[in-house]
Amino acid sequence: MSAGQPPLDSPEIRRLTPVLGPGHTFGSVTDKISSIVLTRPTSFGWYMGFLIAFGLTGLLTIAIAWLFTKGTGIWGINIPIGWGFAIVNFVWWIGIGHAGTLISAILFLLNQKWRTSINRFAEAMTLFAVACAGIFPLIHTGRPWMAFYMFPYPSTMGVWPQFRSPLIWDVFAVSTYGTVSLIFWFVGLIPDLATLRDHAAKKPAQIIYGMLSMGWRGSARHWHRYQSAYLLLAGLATPLVLSVHTVVSFDFAIAIVPGWHTTIFPPYFVAGAIYSGFAMVLTIAIPLRKAYGLEDFITMRHLDNMAKVMLATGLIVAYGYFFEMFLSLYSGNKFDVFLVEQRLHGPYAPFYYALILCNILLPQTLWSHALRHNVAFLFFMSIVVNVGMWLERFVIVVISLTRDFVPSAWGRYWPTFWDWATLIGTIGMFVALLFLFVRVLPAISIAEMRELVAETAEDKK
Amino acid sequence: MQPRSHIYGVLAEFDTPEQLLEAVKKVHEAGYRRIDAFAPFPVEGLYEAMGLKRNNVPLITLLGGLAGGIGGFGFQYWVNTLAYPMNIGGRPLNSWPAFIPVTFELTVLGASLCAVFGMLALNRLPHPHHPVFNVHRFKHASSDRFFLCIESNDAKFHVEECARFLRALHAHHVTEVSND
Repeated sequence: MSAGQPPLDSPEIRRLTPVLGPGHTFGSVTDKISSIVLTRPTSFGWYMGFLIAFGLTGLLTIAIAWLFTKGTGIWGINIPIGWGFAIVNFVWWIGIGHAGTLISAILFLLNQKWRTSINRFAEAMTLFAVACAGIFPLIHTGRPWMAFYMFPYPSTMGVWPQFRSPLIWDVFAVSTYGTVSLIFWFVGLIPDLATLRDHAAKKPAQIIYGMLSMGWRGSARHWHRYQSAYLLLAGLATPLVLSVHTVVSFDFAIAIVPGWHTTIFPPYFVAGAIYSGFAMVLTIAIPLRKAYGLEDFITMRHLDNMAKVMLATGLIVAYGYFFEMFLSLYSGNKFDVFLVEQRLHGPYAPFYYALILCNILLPQTLWSHALRHNVAFLFFMSIVVNVGMWLERFVIVVISLTRDFVPSAWGRYWPTFWDWATLIGTIGMFVALLFLFVRVLPAISIAEMRELVAETAEDKK
Repeated sequence: MQPRSHIYGVLAEFDTPEQLLEAVKKVHEAGYRRIDAFAPFPVEGLYEAMGLKRNNVPLITLLGGLAGGIGGFGFQYWVNTLAYPMNIGGRPLNSWPAFIPVTFELTVLGASLCAVFGMLALNRLPHPHHPVFNVHRFKHASSDRFFLCIESNDAKFHVEECARFLRALHAHHVTEVSND
């Protein structure tokens, strides 16, 4: 850094790129955020958006009902490709969830103030993404009504789950992740639910928010224990989020299939998860701040920072792709070398090149300050990265399974209408849940925004 | 046992967190012990100003984590060596490295659940009805006002004296809090 430049955390820099628009007080942030839920009339756009998303959720219901009637034969999967869309989508969704936990836990521990206005809906995004992810392994089991076999319970058959299997690790990792994300999110909501209870004009809203806030009254004793619990949860969620995608990558890496059996998978899956998650946070944040006029709370500083995180994790992912390929070639193992050839020249090569384009080449534009500050371009890039990360999982799952060891076992995979219906249906469910969330709960943490107001006031002194 | 007073305490309202913090310090210095402060966000130093040191949430969390971890590993050990021993490729029955992921997840799960439910239990929540809610202006405690309550079971409690004392600390809207 040159001598003339002020240090990055100086008050001057903070004033130029604020995390909170000027002129806000405790009352104004409270009123602004709570009014979105309590007094603002539900707009026509909200109804239309919700209706479309809910319609797609209906498509998901139909797809699953048809699946339960006919079995997994309605999908494109067949031996040798037993995994297909279900696992591609599972890994994609669970990865998206990771950014929410990263923002709420890791950035909290690192004392990054800018996380405050995005952590609430990022956590909600995590929950909904995990809900979408959880559907896939369940319906992929073929007999989902027996999915409870995966949990250890004293059955009359006297059998227990196989704890040496990564698939059982997955059950524990994902269910723990879902549970911890839910309680972390709920604990963060308690003070805000109390605010809504006290601001609500109508009796039903007072009762519902009153029940949910459990009689929170902002006592100093309560706050003290609350802060301890929140900090501890952040500390616990941090290794948890890293472990979840590590365990998901074990599903692949523990197997001996070429292209899967590599030690680089855990870190590169985690980086990819955060990459796609930040892309999804941007995809949600940009329309949200526009629709509800939250530009003072979700400022350009936030969008800029998220774009930078995307750029950084994207480079880690690029490093992962490079070394995955390099190690395959360097190993001299003919199956691994053959897999690289298949990625570059095989029947699914266009997917591989599209993946490189979406995940590595196009995101390099984010080095440009001007493009990072172009909201429309950022939105476009976030979609590109989401698509790219989906393609990554498709390439990993499909190319390896269609080209394993013996040519007589090779195959081809192509998704059917029902595969697409299930994927699009979960996107619909995800969006519908987000629409409901912004309508009934504060999308930004009001209590933490008040803290930010107090701190900004101190900065000015 | 004393008969239950119909007055819960005296509640004073402040405009800023600094005023509240100052008032809590003064009230504590004056010897009042059964006091509580209310704020719409955690105010740094408030808990310490009330003469309190630490809380038990971290301890409960540690115990929950230990229970989850030890219980999780012990359970897998029991399943694989005693309840349902299976020879997988000649590996030892207690192939402990394979049990680590589940042990880790259960440690985190136990600790997180204990952190949250321990916090709620120590805070005596859910507790939807509380005397301070009887004060109409208390609803601002969840948006932009700061409150201090001297409770009637304090040894030094006297309604008029407390009210006078609080007014001298720049409080406004000093009110009695009724118990019912």
